[in-house]
Amino acid sequence: MFAGRGQAVALGIAFPLCLVVFWHLLVVVTRTQLIPTPYQVWRMMVDFTVGGVYDDAFSGTIATHLLASIQRVYGGFFLALLLGVPLGLLIGRVKVIRQLLDPTLSLLRPVPVTAWLPLSMIFFGLGPRSAVFLVFLGAFYPILLNTTFGVRSVDVRLFEAAAMLGCDGSRMFRQVVLPASMPAIFNGIRLGNGFAWILIVVGEMTGVPTGLGSVIMDGRTLSRTDLVITGMAVIGIAGFLCDRVIVAISNRVLRWSPQHRV
Amino acid sequence: MSETKAAAGSGDPFLAIRDVSKVFEAGGDRIEALHHVDVTIAKGEFVCLIGASGCGKSTLLRIIAGFEPPTSGQVLVHGQPIKAPGSDRGMVFQDYALFPWMTARENIAFGPRQKGLGNDRIRAITGEYLEMIGLTRFADRFPYQLSGGMKQRVAIARVLANDASILLMDEPFGALDALTREQLQAELLQIWARTHVTVIFVTHSVEEATLLGDRVVVMTAGPGRVEGDIPVPLVRPRDVSAPDFNDVRRGLTRRLKR
Repeated sequence: MFAGRGQAVALGIAFPLCLVVFWHLLVVVTRTQLIPTPYQVWRMMVDFTVGGVYDDAFSGTIATHLLASIQRVYGGFFLALLLGVPLGLLIGRVKVIRQLLDPTLSLLRPVPVTAWLPLSMIFFGLGPRSAVFLVFLGAFYPILLNTTFGVRSVDVRLFEAAAMLGCDGSRMFRQVVLPASMPAIFNGIRLGNGFAWILIVVGEMTGVPTGLGSVIMDGRTLSRTDLVITGMAVIGIAGFLCDRVIVAISNRVLRWSPQHRV
Repeated sequence: MSETKAAAGSGDPFLAIRDVSKVFEAGGDRIEALHHVDVTIAKGEFVCLIGASGCGKSTLLRIIAGFEPPTSGQVLVHGQPIKAPGSDRGMVFQDYALFPWMTARENIAFGPRQKGLGNDRIRAITGEYLEMIGLTRFADRFPYQLSGGMKQRVAIARVLANDASILLMDEPFGALDALTREQLQAELLQIWARTHVTVIFVTHSVEEATLLGDRVVVMTAGPGRVEGDIPVPLVRPRDVSAPDFNDVRRGLTRRLKR
């Protein structure tokens, strides 16, 4: 009890620290040339962030790459949000639309997003737009499905209560369906955000010059594993921080629902 | 509190349930929930519907609310058949059905807001009803921060603030503890006396029906139909320990078991 918070932080830090030590020992013991030590990666990270270590094409370029990736991630993500939420509300609430769209969407859903890569390169060319499209696809389904699920699981009495109070039509969507589905929508948003960061790497492997995915691809081509791991770490941290932002917004919006507070 | 509730004029009765039947078909099964039910209710009356589970009392209430259409027959308010939910009839559910993302104040304001009233007008109405139910101090709490009794008070205020002239109550106090229930029964009677609203109150408690109703409509199951329509000749406020209260209660219980 008395050390609750401190203990949580200590344990949360201790575990990855152990992993790093383990990684270091393994590299030293096996004398592999393929995997850099944690220290080498750290130097690469410093160089990537502020430069001054290797002073090559990647030194001090983190902002350029991070910004490019964030633009694409959130370009695709907001597109998915803009389309997924209204469509999910309609599919969940309107039977005709459900009957019209659900079979098609269910059929397309099992296709892995990465399988769309060749087609998206034909549609959108070799460039950032292809990456945005993949991110969109990856974020779209979790947002859509969770929204639909959210609408379907709203207590029908709330709709009845709203109807008897004189609420109908599009007002019902805005004032009842949407807020009642908010917990599920935020679930979808969190999942979608995760997928968006996963897919940005795939999307940026299609020959764009900037972005964290392209950094990883370049690292692979140049056999610079320290750069690859640096790219991975930056994506991990960026994805984590964005998730925290979403959680903060979610806690604010869902403050009426204690069981949805994270 | 024992003012007489005169019927509204000589023409159409205020609320008329005319030969209403309701059949539910589930799979191959055909369940007759209501069988030719006829009830007439005067304006301002407090009518209790009582009966064992499965007698169709909740179904009847939902038909009056407009949530479900009758299979045959109709329900008329001022001679006009009911086709859909409307703000003249406000349902109070057993499980409250408050909007959980709205504070008590916002829940009460929901109806007036649908009508497009101005903000000042809405604030005045919600303030008035918050005071009537004694929850002014809790106005900005969300439903999860309120007790069951408080939630049900908000649910009552929500339909009254919307100018409902008929209060449909589906075992509204069934989920509350005995003390809170007694308190809410007393408050409901006060609100009823103050607002002259018509109340149709579904319950399975004979005591509650005897305490609250001007009339008690006794229903029986299989299929659901009206078994008796019994006036409660007791003056208000009623004393649950009085001998004549007991007589009425015993009579109702006997009727219910028939």
